[in-house]
Amino acid sequence: MSARVVAVALLCAVVAVPVAAEQRGEAKEQVEFGIQVAQRGLWREAIYRWERAIQLDPTYAAAFNNLAIAYEHEGELDKARGAYEKAITLEPNNALVKQNYDLFKEINDRAAKKDG
Amino acid sequence: MIAPRRKTGSLPLLVLVGALAGCTSYYEIPIETPIQPKLDTSQFQRVFVAGFVAGGNDDIDGNLETVRLLRSQLRQKGALRVVESEPLSLTTIATEQLGIELPPPTPAATSEPSTDPPAGGIREERDLEPFDKFFENAEYWKKIGEEHQGALIVTGTILFRPQTTSGFVQREQETYDEFGRRRVTPTRVYMERNGYILRPTFVFIDGRTGETLHTETFREEILYNQNTQTPALSSFFELMDRLLPSFLNSMTSQKIRGTRVLLK
Repeated sequence: MSARVVAVALLCAVVAVPVAAEQRGEAKEQVEFGIQVAQRGLWREAIYRWERAIQLDPTYAAAFNNLAIAYEHEGELDKARGAYEKAITLEPNNALVKQNYDLFKEINDRAAKKDG
Repeated sequence: MIAPRRKTGSLPLLVLVGALAGCTSYYEIPIETPIQPKLDTSQFQRVFVAGFVAGGNDDIDGNLETVRLLRSQLRQKGALRVVESEPLSLTTIATEQLGIELPPPTPAATSEPSTDPPAGGIREERDLEPFDKFFENAEYWKKIGEEHQGALIVTGTILFRPQTTSGFVQREQETYDEFGRRRVTPTRVYMERNGYILRPTFVFIDGRTGETLHTETFREEILYNQNTQTPALSSFFELMDRLLPSFLNSMTSQKIRGTRVLLK
């Protein structure tokens, strides 16, 4: 019985690694396409692509970072904050994400001051 | 279209953080973040900058100057039609309504023509406190609104007063050594400085109901060296200029431009 469990676990581990790599690969394609369209000003399309990327790979910090930027551009500040925080949780030492988040907070604070 | 950034040294800080981030591919991209206005003005077609209870300085008519400036800004940058009628002498109206007794104006204050009597008793922030109730008089403001087709009414208080401060300030002192080399060292010097404080409170009132929709208070100050002669009106406009974007943001949406870094 225990031998069977070990065998199944091993099989899962062997299969899981390529599957995860494949998902990251697909997510990366979505992220890259999102960057291209964002550079052309097509932010809604970029959001769609980056949302797809995080569905494929919920551990992809760059996708969360990009999504946060797009939300910011669309004025969806609560969503932007959530996405930045997720990106920072995934990659706490990524200075570029932190820099983006700091700039975002400056704007968000201004908006919050207006609401207060 | 934005080309991918290469680490060429054009943005040293970005390069540094890029390096710290583990040489990830990154793309700098401009964004414009829309900030929604505080007030929903979609139900109004007109805005009436009615006037202000103003004081603090006898050299300028804070009411008239503020009305002119705000109307001009709203004409250029606002979406609503600006009502062009005589500004109200609100200090007089409010003092009569509320029975506020202001001390007599200073003799020098009577030289300039003004919409209101010289500010006299309004010298400091606390002198404006009794006027708060005036803006809560919905019946009065509804009547004003009815006279202007239910416009959005902009009113409030303006305190623009001189200020003198003394104390130590940091200045850079230029010196040359025996080889003629220039050196700049920060030194603390005691200085007396004169200037002005501008403290406006803008009250936005629904002209259809007379109810206050939104109130916003700002405070700006400017100080000059004692030997600098700057006209009060010039300082007034300089200080107003600083807070006009915030005033306009109450009524119109704003886009804040910036750059962010997209990552692969």
